[in-house]
Amino acid sequence: MSRADTELPGREEGLQLLRGMQRIRRFEDRAAELYSAMKIRGFLHLYNGQEAVAVGVLQALHEDDAVVATYREHGHALAAGLPMGEVMAELYGREQGSSGGRGGSMHIFDAEHRFYGGQAIVAGGLPLAVGLALADQMQHRPRVTACFFGEGAAAEGEFHEALNLAALWTLPVLFVCENNLYAMGTALGRSQAETDIHARAGGYGIESTALDGMDVVAVAAAARAAVTGIREDGKPRFLECHTYRFRAHSMFDAQLYRPREEIEAWKKRCPIMGLRQRLLAAELATEADFAALEQDIEAEVEAAVAFAEAGSWEPVEQLASHVMTEREA
Amino acid sequence: MSAARTTYREAVRAAIRAALLDDERVFLMGEDVGSYGGCFGVSKGLLEEFGPERIRDTPLSESGFTGAGIGAALGGMRPIVEIMTVNFSLLALDQIVNSAATIRHMSDGQFSVPLVIRMATGAGRQLAAQHSHSLESFYAHVPGIRVVAPATLEDARGMLPAALADPDPVVIFEHTSLYNLEGELAEDAGAVDLDRAAIRRPGRDVTLVTHGGSLAKTLAAAATLAEEGIEAEVIDLRSLRPLDDATIIASVSRTRRAVMVDEGWRTMSLAAELVTRIVEQAFYELDAPLARVCTAEVPIPYPAHLEQAALPSADKIVAAARRLTGG
Repeated sequence: MSRADTELPGREEGLQLLRGMQRIRRFEDRAAELYSAMKIRGFLHLYNGQEAVAVGVLQALHEDDAVVATYREHGHALAAGLPMGEVMAELYGREQGSSGGRGGSMHIFDAEHRFYGGQAIVAGGLPLAVGLALADQMQHRPRVTACFFGEGAAAEGEFHEALNLAALWTLPVLFVCENNLYAMGTALGRSQAETDIHARAGGYGIESTALDGMDVVAVAAAARAAVTGIREDGKPRFLECHTYRFRAHSMFDAQLYRPREEIEAWKKRCPIMGLRQRLLAAELATEADFAALEQDIEAEVEAAVAFAEAGSWEPVEQLASHVMTEREA
Repeated sequence: MSAARTTYREAVRAAIRAALLDDERVFLMGEDVGSYGGCFGVSKGLLEEFGPERIRDTPLSESGFTGAGIGAALGGMRPIVEIMTVNFSLLALDQIVNSAATIRHMSDGQFSVPLVIRMATGAGRQLAAQHSHSLESFYAHVPGIRVVAPATLEDARGMLPAALADPDPVVIFEHTSLYNLEGELAEDAGAVDLDRAAIRRPGRDVTLVTHGGSLAKTLAAAATLAEEGIEAEVIDLRSLRPLDDATIIASVSRTRRAVMVDEGWRTMSLAAELVTRIVEQAFYELDAPLARVCTAEVPIPYPAHLEQAALPSADKIVAAARRLTGG
């Protein structure tokens, strides 16, 4: 599907999608700086380049729908509506963070937004999404569970087990494969015999679509169609979004496995620049709109950093709390 | 109070049935739990009574359906996941250790996983090296899950409802040798506590600490020892995580001698953990070195004579206790 095939939404929605992506981009760039400044430690997996997927998919969900994401999930958390300050505080490990600081970058949880992580075992989130959808089905709740994962997950057994279960039991799961071509440093073609991931979902009888994951308008349209379909017949749907991560896998990655020219070529397809150009060309927005948007976002990100900076460390005395549910003595 | 003749298998089934009747959020899922009636016959008849939604046959996808159980628990259900044997459960170890056990702590208490996983464990049926192991210690190693081993009819009936009432993941180990165990069970038997070890036979000379399928062997050993004038106290751990240190230490402090009887392998075992705790907490109460009767460090062999040679037996327990008591 080329960009020309996707109908541009109106000004308001266009700017909304742009804002969603740009919030993530700025957040991630700021997180990288803070990592270098040693404010954030551990693994930090940034979402630059893939913003159209989280923003496009999550705008199609309702408030009571659920999200299961991976260790590269800051974008999903923000797009799902988690407060940016809490997400940043989680990266810092502060107790004001989304998971009280206990999970860090890879394990963002938020009960209020039905955000079930932040799962850092590749493909480990798929069975959880199946189970969440099973609970909804058994309790007759008309909800959808969106489950994000990379193309690397398709090599794991849990991918196949989960797709089989979702199809077999007719469960309302939206599987979203973010195919960024590399499982850490291993190219898809070097690790999987069938590189057409969406065709493999089709093998389980799941209605499956492959699309340009750099085009937020296309992702949004595909996600809306998929979610509408799920709500109508309760069956799972599968989206394979072709995308690319602009930054390294994590902060420890020298990117020896992919040519610089490839990265530069994909950067020309930046989802944010692409949408801006289209909005300008269609005269739906102006440079002044973009400048105002950037200013807003800059303020929001800096407020988030300030919130994280002002946060506190969880007292060591609470180390073992919530290992098990505290029970009355 | 009236009691009825029953078996361990029937007691587990009665527990599942009562839970399904009590709480519409409860459902059973696993391989062959429905049409087949459960690989050990535990769920026979339940499909007809409760239907395929709540007695849910799964594909051979241990990780997939265990993960789905975790997800369903997060979504407000009270799933009972049955895994045929502990050997097969290794295919689900990722979900149990990386998801079920971590989500509560990692989410700062926002989510808990009220999931019950039942699985068969243990040897003695000539099923060889991929159906016979006792890997309870793998699970008992992991913070974030509770591990129990019902060894009696009361516990077979009562641990399941208690586990379902627990907000955290509970793994229940049912030793395959116990399913045909027969006895009397009170008709109003229900939930039991999951925290405390039980003294199954009081004694003053030596403490024998065991659980699950080894309880019967240990009680037989205690009977033999009694004929020789050695009064053994038999502790059934019941809970393998957390361990009930208080009951164990109090007993050892009285008897001053102890033998751990554990069908797991000796190295890095539950028995090793028990020995360590006794040494840490009651070293100066001891009158003799601690001893262990464990399974030989071999994959369980098929021929009956080799299998029996590998496993703890009443004779081996008696011999170990005699050595400690100078008998």
